[in-house]
Amino acid sequence: MNDKNIIITGLIIFFVFLTFPFWYNLGKASPVPEPKLTDKAKAAKECVEPKEYMKVEHMQILDIWRDGVVREANRVYISKKGKRFNMSLSTGDDSCMGCHSNKAEFCDKCHDYTSVTPYCWDCHIEPPKEKK
Amino acid sequence: MNKKYMYSLLAVIVLILLPYVGVEAAGLQVLFGIIIPYLAVLIFIIGFIYRVMDWASSPVPFRIPTTCGQQKSLPWIKQNKIDNPFTTGAVIIRMALEILFFRSLFRNTSIGLNQGPKISYVWEKWLWIVALAFHYSFLTVLIRHLRFFLEPVPVWLQWLEKIDGFFQIGLPGLYMSGAVLLAAVTFLVLRRIYLPQVRYISLAADFLPLFLIISIAITGILMRYFTKVDVVGIKELAMGLASFHPAIPDGIGALFYIHLFLVSILFIYFPFSKLMHMPGVFMSPTRNLPNNTRAKMHINPWNYPVKVHTYDEYEDEFREKMKEAGLPLEKE
Repeated sequence: MNDKNIIITGLIIFFVFLTFPFWYNLGKASPVPEPKLTDKAKAAKECVEPKEYMKVEHMQILDIWRDGVVREANRVYISKKGKRFNMSLSTGDDSCMGCHSNKAEFCDKCHDYTSVTPYCWDCHIEPPKEKK
Repeated sequence: MNKKYMYSLLAVIVLILLPYVGVEAAGLQVLFGIIIPYLAVLIFIIGFIYRVMDWASSPVPFRIPTTCGQQKSLPWIKQNKIDNPFTTGAVIIRMALEILFFRSLFRNTSIGLNQGPKISYVWEKWLWIVALAFHYSFLTVLIRHLRFFLEPVPVWLQWLEKIDGFFQIGLPGLYMSGAVLLAAVTFLVLRRIYLPQVRYISLAADFLPLFLIISIAITGILMRYFTKVDVVGIKELAMGLASFHPAIPDGIGALFYIHLFLVSILFIYFPFSKLMHMPGVFMSPTRNLPNNTRAKMHINPWNYPVKVHTYDEYEDEFREKMKEAGLPLEKE
């Protein structure tokens, strides 16, 4: 009977939490990140596999590469088109980051946007820029 | 075969096919990606408030708590303060334990005949454990999804993701909550199908949310670990919905729309269903009332004012006649 005030308070608290995404983003037009390619990457035109495939599967490729390199010492990746690539994330010019040397502009942009924190760089270090 | 769960299963299969056909064949991305989700949130909020306020308008004039311990009594008798609460504070503790730890499920026992015709009650903790695992993993999954709706993603959300993906199994890293959720909800369905007593009392309305949640979990797991989807595009869509500038980015597969549609259906179905036990648990008068009827008088507020004729008045009215008849009187 006289519990209506408590119930309404509870409802308000619940809906403030529920609608959190709506008022958290209020009036903010969030820009969609566009990963930037280095000149070298642009010149190569295509990564080891087509762009759409890389976009969604790159983490799995890296995972398989890591296991292949570490456990079987296999450093050669043969792509679906039959091209051969060196399997390495960050060592040398023919590694992933030898081409995509702009981690902040390329990797981090989408990772930050979707709150993904890959543990690649717990072990690997970003190749130093001065070398170029 | 049981009609009740077959109906629910069929309904969920139709609900999966609808967005698949709608998006793949008819190109209705705007309907399934923008209109239905907004509609779902709207129906959820209005329906939720309507049901809760409907319950709130039901009067509860008397204390009707179910108690499981000694009531507050004489000073030398030890009271069970939580299971038979006397004060509001004790009620809050009791409710918190119920809501956070499902204490009433913890009391679950299973009855059986052991060693011939002897009835025995055995501890039955599976339902309690799985129910806890289910609700908490579902909550974690729900909160984790905020990463698609918030920009920038808050730090506490990243902590949650770190803890949830603690074991770093595979890439993308396995979230424990997702696996636990699917396992637990599967247990809850199988329990209803295989235990004869539970099957007997299960209705289509009990199966439908379970099948819905299973499908939601499976589509989610498929998208994250198996077929993969364009996460950046999906966040763009989600952010558009959250900031009221909805737009449909290209290249999002039908699987995502199935996931989103099933979630929308769950939201729409919520206020009409038994899922309303979520606010309902807070409002159960057998739990949220202190047991103080012996100390405090609770008067029914809509009691009809009864005309009473006390003995004093009666005597006043018939004094002379009673005197004549020689009846004893209180006052002369």
